[in-house]
Amino acid sequence: MSDTALTLDDVSVLLVWTAIAVYALAFIAYAIDLASRSALAVEAKDARARERELVAAGGESLADVRAREERAGAEIGMAPGKRPRLVWARIGTSLTVLAFLFHLGATVLRGIAAERVPWSNMYEFAMTGLLLVVAVYLAALVKYDLRFLGTFITGLAVVLLGGATLSFYVEVVPLMDPLKSVWLVIHVFVASLATALFALAFGLSIVQLLQARRERKVAEAQEGQLVKTGPGFLRTLPSAEALESLAYRFAIIGFIFWTFTLIAGAIWANDAWGRYWGFDTKEVWTFVIWVLYAGYIHARATRGWRGTRSAWLSIIGFVAVLFNFTIVNMFFQGLHAYSGLS
Amino acid sequence: MSRSRSEPTSEGEGTLRPDDYAGTPGGESDAVQPALGVTGWLRWGWRQLTSMRTALVLLLLLAIAAVPGSLVPQRSADPNGVTQYYADNPDLAPILDDLSMFDVYTSPWFSAIYILLFVSLIGCVIPRTKHHAKALRAQPPRTPARLARLDDHRSAQLQVAADADPAAAAEEAVSLAGEQLRRAGYRVARYDARGRLSVSAERGYARETGNLVFHGALVGVLIAVGVGGGFTYTGQSVIVEGDTFVNTMLDYASFNPGRFVDTDELTPYALTLDEFEVTYEPAGSNAAGQAGDFSANLTIRNGDEVTEESVRVNHPVDIDGDRVYLMGNGYAPTITVRDADGDVVFSESVPFLPQDTNMTSLGVIKVPDGLPDQLGMTAFFYPTQFELASGAFTSAYPALVNPVVTINVYAGDLGIDDGTPRSVYTLDPTDMTQLAGRGVDEPALELAPGDTAELPDGLGTVTFENETPAGVDGYEQSVKRFVSLSIHRDVGAPWVLAFAVLATLGLLAGLFVPRRRMWVTATARDGAVELEYAGLARGEDPTLTAAVDKLARTHEAALRPRLSARGSSSTPSPSDTPKVD
Ligand code: HEM
Repeated sequence: MSDTALTLDDVSVLLVWTAIAVYALAFIAYAIDLASRSALAVEAKDARARERELVAAGGESLADVRAREERAGAEIGMAPGKRPRLVWARIGTSLTVLAFLFHLGATVLRGIAAERVPWSNMYEFAMTGLLLVVAVYLAALVKYDLRFLGTFITGLAVVLLGGATLSFYVEVVPLMDPLKSVWLVIHVFVASLATALFALAFGLSIVQLLQARRERKVAEAQEGQLVKTGPGFLRTLPSAEALESLAYRFAIIGFIFWTFTLIAGAIWANDAWGRYWGFDTKEVWTFVIWVLYAGYIHARATRGWRGTRSAWLSIIGFVAVLFNFTIVNMFFQGLHAYSGLS
Repeated sequence: MSRSRSEPTSEGEGTLRPDDYAGTPGGESDAVQPALGVTGWLRWGWRQLTSMRTALVLLLLLAIAAVPGSLVPQRSADPNGVTQYYADNPDLAPILDDLSMFDVYTSPWFSAIYILLFVSLIGCVIPRTKHHAKALRAQPPRTPARLARLDDHRSAQLQVAADADPAAAAEEAVSLAGEQLRRAGYRVARYDARGRLSVSAERGYARETGNLVFHGALVGVLIAVGVGGGFTYTGQSVIVEGDTFVNTMLDYASFNPGRFVDTDELTPYALTLDEFEVTYEPAGSNAAGQAGDFSANLTIRNGDEVTEESVRVNHPVDIDGDRVYLMGNGYAPTITVRDADGDVVFSESVPFLPQDTNMTSLGVIKVPDGLPDQLGMTAFFYPTQFELASGAFTSAYPALVNPVVTINVYAGDLGIDDGTPRSVYTLDPTDMTQLAGRGVDEPALELAPGDTAELPDGLGTVTFENETPAGVDGYEQSVKRFVSLSIHRDVGAPWVLAFAVLATLGLLAGLFVPRRRMWVTATARDGAVELEYAGLARGEDPTLTAAVDKLARTHEAALRPRLSARGSSSTPSPSDTPKVD
């Protein structure tokens, strides 16, 4: 290991911490945005004096809910230039882009320092995986106004990237023999991409559940009655149904990538271990996740399971993804012993 | 934004789905009481089994049932882990074993779930396939009477010149729409009624085709795994440098044939391990001692053909459809035992099993004949011996820098004469007396390559042979190495892959091809043509709204010049522009 390589890795770590700090700032900006959205909803209502009091008290009528959801539903698909001017959300997104650039720099430098793809141990999986989560989020922003997920995405980045750097960091070491394969490049990258899409679907499914709960409360309340419906920012978001179909769209793309991950993994296993499938712990969990998302897709097509129930499956699916990445990698025995931790 | 709900109009034609498919109108299927009688109940049971809800529940059960296999070691993947588990949890292990927890994926309960799932799948897919085959040949359905009730609906009015015939213009409009839709990949049919001309179009049959291909291919995967498994064999063998393995049952250390494998018909090729290569990261680097670039260099004799190949990790060697994998490696110190007269009673390179990354290795030497008592030795090999503060030895580096063998000696009954199978890697000292080593007065024998030591009680001598070729210095080649090879034949694997790829293609079509119906109607009225456009999603179709917009736009753009070219200039009225509902 030459001295310059070490220096590159040091710079990479420095960039990672910078990225984490900027993600944290973005998180704060996005959080302020969510908080100020409720106020925004109130302002928009000022003209209708009759209901001012209700809204000020945190309640609203069913008709209001529907009207606003319709507006939010239309807004979510608007081109970036035409979206509502949410100052704090803009700041949040700009900071996220900045943090992403630092993060990208850190990842690329790590790859150069190691002279291979920067995804071959836990620290690097986390670094590249989260880079893709943020990249997919930013790419999705071009088409959909998902800035209400900003706190979730940047929060995830801060917690996981910070956690990984603190507890998974390992110095650059040469690859172990089983990892010297093109399949490392393909299989792990595609798995990370799938994870990123599942993460967005997860965030949307959570918001969908909150929104569904709020819609239910509003529907149950009498017209003109005062109801408390949970976080105010929900009032600026599309209906639960619209959120659901968006979550589904991300989940099915993720599912395709996951299917590919599964197949690529089997091909690799056949070269490395002499069998394409052996129910190794990591294989088991990849399979479980695949089946859970197949269940989610089915649930969306099953009467009585659409909506809230299927959203839970999307949430459970992503929890399994996180579990697979953290707990299974660290504590379960198996052939996939590549965390780089001892 | 999106049109995810299915249509309010009649489902049924086009796709056949289980009763509780979310797009099928009607009451809850489980509210339907079965007709009395056995056939009634059977039919009801079958309906339940092939319902979406059952498929969903079975999928979730499958996911849950797969989990325990990752928590508890499995016999198929990790037999030693199971033995260890028994040792660590003597009370719990038998209970878990009764529940098939060490064989989860072949257990009755796991099998029950996936077999039911696949029965459900087949029961679901066959009728749908029949139905879809018919739908592929059918015409798009009649145009609904009131298109305006659909969510995605546009209307427009085009003025027709005073001297032109509005009816002819309407005809022109509809046939143009039909043409455009056909070019866009729709299947098109005309339905004209009382002054209202219409074209009905449908596209996206590939969605259902893809879905059926996907589910069918899953059955293919299962069959390929099952049938392929019957023709598959896996065997393990250990070869020391210089030795030869012949592909017959005799030379395998373990062999697992599938049900239909004829073990007498193995291709009798021979593999000689010429050399095992490995590199270690130098001391002082980040990953000091990390091993890599393993390569087992083989000479392969297959019939008259002699080739040299190296088996590496991720790069198995293919011999007549058998794949040879490098699974492990280690040191095989050559040990010679002589009796009191100096006659050789044992001389072999004994594979020692590595215990840590620095290749501290454990070996067992059994000398059944030639001495007054049977002799057993458990030995540690340290490629780079290092003394810990406690006085115990360990290996500090995996390469041969300071190789040392330490040997504990036992005499008595090895327990191999009664035919009980015993692992060559373990020694059962119950019927033996320890002569040397930890726990008795006589210390363990300690030998460097080339050293000879006296056995206790004047039994004879033990020599740790130095294998270094003449003219070479140092210890680097003083000890032979061994590799463990795994040989597999799996005729099912390519089929599994083919079905998996087919499933993925089906999945792509089933999830992303939009399936939709479009209608365009034209009605001549008061010197104008009233146009209506409507679209209906069948399944998820986020782009429907845009598609209807586009159809309306391109149709009018193409129609307008045609109508005006017919002679008269029709001044565009404000209502000419499409009005979006
Ligand atoms: C091994 C078990 C199964 C797996 C892994 C599985 C997986 C999937 C997946 C991934 C999809 C979405 C892809 C597509 O639409 O092409 C799907 C759709 C579908 N599956 Fe299955 N499936 C299984 C069993 C079944 C069974 C037993 C049934 C019948 C009861 C069934 C009925 C359907 C239907 C009707 C759809 C279409 C859903 C829609 O319209 O969105 N599947 N399945």
